[in-house]
Amino acid sequence: MIPASFEYQRASNLAEALSMLADGGDDAKLLAGGHSLLPLMKLRLAAPSTLVDIGRISELSYVREDGDALVIGALTRHRDVETNRLVREHAPLVAHVAGQVGDPQVRHRGTIGGSVAHGDAASDLPAACLAMGATFTAVSPSGTRTIDSSEFFLGFLETALRPDEILTEITVPKATGAGWSFQKFNRRAQDWAIVGVAALRGERTGVSLVNMGSVPVRASAVEAALAQGADETEAASHASDGLEPPADLNATSEYRRHLAQVLVRRALEEARAA
Amino acid sequence: MKVSMTVNGARYEHDVEPRTLLVHYLRETVGLTGTNIGCDTSSCGACTVLVGGESVKSCTMLAVQADGADITTIEGLAGADGELHPVQEAFRQKHGLQCGYCTPGMVMAIVSLLKENPDPTETEVREGIEGNLCRCTGYHNIVAAALHAAATAKAGAA
Repeated sequence: MIPASFEYQRASNLAEALSMLADGGDDAKLLAGGHSLLPLMKLRLAAPSTLVDIGRISELSYVREDGDALVIGALTRHRDVETNRLVREHAPLVAHVAGQVGDPQVRHRGTIGGSVAHGDAASDLPAACLAMGATFTAVSPSGTRTIDSSEFFLGFLETALRPDEILTEITVPKATGAGWSFQKFNRRAQDWAIVGVAALRGERTGVSLVNMGSVPVRASAVEAALAQGADETEAASHASDGLEPPADLNATSEYRRHLAQVLVRRALEEARAA
Repeated sequence: MKVSMTVNGARYEHDVEPRTLLVHYLRETVGLTGTNIGCDTSSCGACTVLVGGESVKSCTMLAVQADGADITTIEGLAGADGELHPVQEAFRQKHGLQCGYCTPGMVMAIVSLLKENPDPTETEVREGIEGNLCRCTGYHNIVAAALHAAATAKAGAA
């Protein structure tokens, strides 16, 4: 399978990428590691007229400390997030989840920014960002803005990013020493999660769900129950409140609701014990 | 678009369509057909090659993305005198294959794995080849081969 034809442009820095994206018109797409976009293009589910390759912009691949937060460049590859000393120390949930994405080959190419900007409800890193209370920085020719992760995922593969914006940074509040858990339920190695749960318990409590709707979501009802003093089993019983999980080959909607409750309980227990 | 890259130590330069996948470039343009195409959907790992020393599924990378890169395919592992790479030799010793279709990708994935983790546990090997499917062996002897290659390297270094 070969993608439909497209015009290829390679940006060597952020300013160049912004101008190429603006000039590319409505149909232009950014290409980073390509591990979400290229499979869609090969299946002809996506056929952008222009690809702006930002994969070589090394200025967007980094992890640095900024006071109480870690700042991760959008083009930092999953493998680099997984193994980074700062991420492992201050945001171990994010490091662990980066190491659960796809398989080693995928993690050698895929980037955290690509995963977030793709906005797939079934992917793992958006859920980790939601549980951590991350914020996303987007740059456009008209300036820079910060978007809270809880306001970023709008619809099926749709995010708050405007067509002329590039996601440049993921800012994660440090959660050094906090309890955390990631539960990924699938039937076979390297599969997407049928349901996944990311949980953080410390100064901040965050619980989020993978593949429980059309977007990556926070389990707000679980968070609220915990805040009101509910125990883990009681809080977990609210895992699918207000959500409409999809039905597909792997699971019915009811099965996903049940799975979410079981996995949230396990996640909360593991995050407490940690 | 013009691309140039090093494949198994030799320099190649070609004009390619931007949509050309790296695996097609390697097989059809460079003429190295050791890298197989299996699922073509970045699941099976048969097309695994090393890009800058790291395993990558070449069906999910454009040739233009590999412009300037250093690529190693299965053909580039053995020595010039035909001496097998330690991972290839371990596959032979432990009979880590049956039909052989997944083998080039499996070997490349394990070369990359052992570079990142020279002394893996059995579990780490199994997780490390998560991106490669084998429909014959049940993986048992493939895992044994990876562990044997690691042990051989360790003994050689000691």
